[in-house]
Amino acid sequence: MRGNSGANLDIDLVRINELRKSYFRGEQTVTVLKGINLKVQNGGFTALMGPSGSGKSTLLNLIAGIDKPDSGRLTVSGIDITSLSESDLAEWRSQNIGFIFQFYNLMPVLTAAQNVELPLLLLNFTSKARRSRARMVLEMVGLEDRLDHYPNELSGGQQQRVAIARAIVTDPTLIVADEPTGDLDRQSASDVLDLLQRLNLEVGKTIIMVTHDIHATRSAKDVIHLDKGELVENKPLAY
Amino acid sequence: MLFILNISLKNAFRHKIRTILTLLGLAVALLAFGLLQTVITAWYSKATSASTARLVTRNATSLIFDLPIYYKDQIRGIKGITEVAHAQWFGGIYKLPKNFFPQFAVSSNYLDVYSDFILTDEKKIAWINEKRGAIVGRQLANRFNFKEGDRIQLKGTIYPGNWEFIIKGVYEGSDDTKVTDRMFFHWDYLNSYILGIPKNNLAAPNNVGVFISTIDDSRNAARISDNIDTFFKNSVAPSYTETEQAFQLGFVAMSDQIIEAIRTVSYVIVLIILAVMANTMSMSVRERTRELATMKALGFKPSFLSTLIFSESLLIALIGGSIGMLLTPPSASAFQLVTDNIFPVFAVSQKTVMLQIICASSVGVLAAIAPAINVFKIKVVDGLKTVT
Ligand SMILES: Nc1ncnc2c1ncn2[C@@H]1O[C@H](COP(=O)(O)OP(=O)(O)OP(=O)(O)O)[C@@H](O)[C@H]1O
Ligand SMILES: [Mg+2]
Repeated sequence: MRGNSGANLDIDLVRINELRKSYFRGEQTVTVLKGINLKVQNGGFTALMGPSGSGKSTLLNLIAGIDKPDSGRLTVSGIDITSLSESDLAEWRSQNIGFIFQFYNLMPVLTAAQNVELPLLLLNFTSKARRSRARMVLEMVGLEDRLDHYPNELSGGQQQRVAIARAIVTDPTLIVADEPTGDLDRQSASDVLDLLQRLNLEVGKTIIMVTHDIHATRSAKDVIHLDKGELVENKPLAY
Repeated sequence: MLFILNISLKNAFRHKIRTILTLLGLAVALLAFGLLQTVITAWYSKATSASTARLVTRNATSLIFDLPIYYKDQIRGIKGITEVAHAQWFGGIYKLPKNFFPQFAVSSNYLDVYSDFILTDEKKIAWINEKRGAIVGRQLANRFNFKEGDRIQLKGTIYPGNWEFIIKGVYEGSDDTKVTDRMFFHWDYLNSYILGIPKNNLAAPNNVGVFISTIDDSRNAARISDNIDTFFKNSVAPSYTETEQAFQLGFVAMSDQIIEAIRTVSYVIVLIILAVMANTMSMSVRERTRELATMKALGFKPSFLSTLIFSESLLIALIGGSIGMLLTPPSASAFQLVTDNIFPVFAVSQKTVMLQIICASSVGVLAAIAPAINVFKIKVVDGLKTVT
């Protein structure tokens, strides 16, 4: 794992200025994000909370580069990702973003190890290097004995840990997680949160996590609240 | 590369029943296509094995009218002709009408003209020396288990009565493509019978159906044919002469429309399986929208994902197609058996195999086009929301 290099330590990884996003349905315009201003520090662990429909997923998707804003600035490690082409953005994501989804989104036809290897296909690893790397991160998430299991042979918590392994295997700059514990029981949820916290504290991964779970905020360093498309507060927790 | 193949194979067999049914459909379609194409090939092989170095002279009005036997010497006198034989259609029934096979009353030099039929001199002489002697082709002999020395009875249709023949030999084709399903016996035997019965319209004595001539050089076929027909232009029965191949193709052409229909049906079958296959692929890909969106989020480009879909489709089409292709030769043999050898040569040709490969691959590629285009259209954010 690359961890934090000293030079990047004190700059903000994500900078957001006056970010706006609306949806147009016929005559009707639904403004989902009404001018967001936000900074996420390198090595930060930000929990994004707020009522349903407040725009959390929309904001996260913009930061992760799978959606485009209408206006405003959005840079990740200094790169203005809103100006990248689809194809450049895809390449940028493969190198910089680790995704964790609520419903894991593993490929059902691939084993745990193959799922974890998947993102490495985009990064010119030899098949041998892919395998050993996938094995290593699966060990990190405590699934070294489940390498050849298919997703449907794993519990929800285990599947989410495979997904986390897939998210970190490329050593991305930023991990985005949209309600990663939303589909899990209390114990599995707490395991997943511990794992994310460890990744943040021990490996220095920057994490932005959308959550409804108040327990989840304990793992985070910051909690920000979104309501009707606006940031309500931005209070530091664990500083 | 290995990864693409692996994931395509796994994706292809996600819905086992659906895929197996699709494979079955593909196999049956390609099999049917192969058999129909083989019927077409078999049909034309009869004609294309006929020679351009032989001329067939018949009555200019119609094949059902005959020519007088004395034309033979006159034809032989025309420059370029090397040998002339004659033949008359007999049309007898062996036990049951369904046992149909061609029988000809021929001149004793008939095999000299037909070098593609091989019979030893010894057997030929034995045949010539037996008034009721007949020779049968290998395919015909195999079909009815005819052997030398067998006495067989044919019930005449044009020439009434029960006719007895003694088989004096089994001739072979000079190679595998030769059709050897005919029986030949002596024209003299037939003619002496006709001379002995009261005059009637169907059977007049001293007549033959066709003269078959060999010529010195097949490039002169047109000129020699003209010379023959000019010679008989003002006689009682004007003649019409053409190469044997043209003569046979004339027979085949009568059924051209049927053959065209068979050909069309064979391609329609492929089109139907294409529609089925395209539907299967679209369905599978639609069900995978969320997975595809996930892969896009991870950074996979739509072109890569389309490649996965194309290779999956091609894989299914080629597996199903191969099963159908493997089944074609044995089915062709079975078909030949149950159809009582209407086609003496019924082998799956190389061209048919090539067409099958082309059809299967085309089905694979074409079926994947629409779903592959859809992959480009999936927006990551929307795709991630779909529930499956
Ligand atoms: N494709 C779309 N078309 C129209 N409106 C949309 C679309 N996607 C999202 N929205 C609207 O944007 C708003 C914010 O959606 P978003 O998914 O960001 O909410 P959220 O905060 O993540 O909610 P939840 O907690 O329920 O996941 C919602 O009101 C939703 O109706
Ligand atoms: Mg959401």
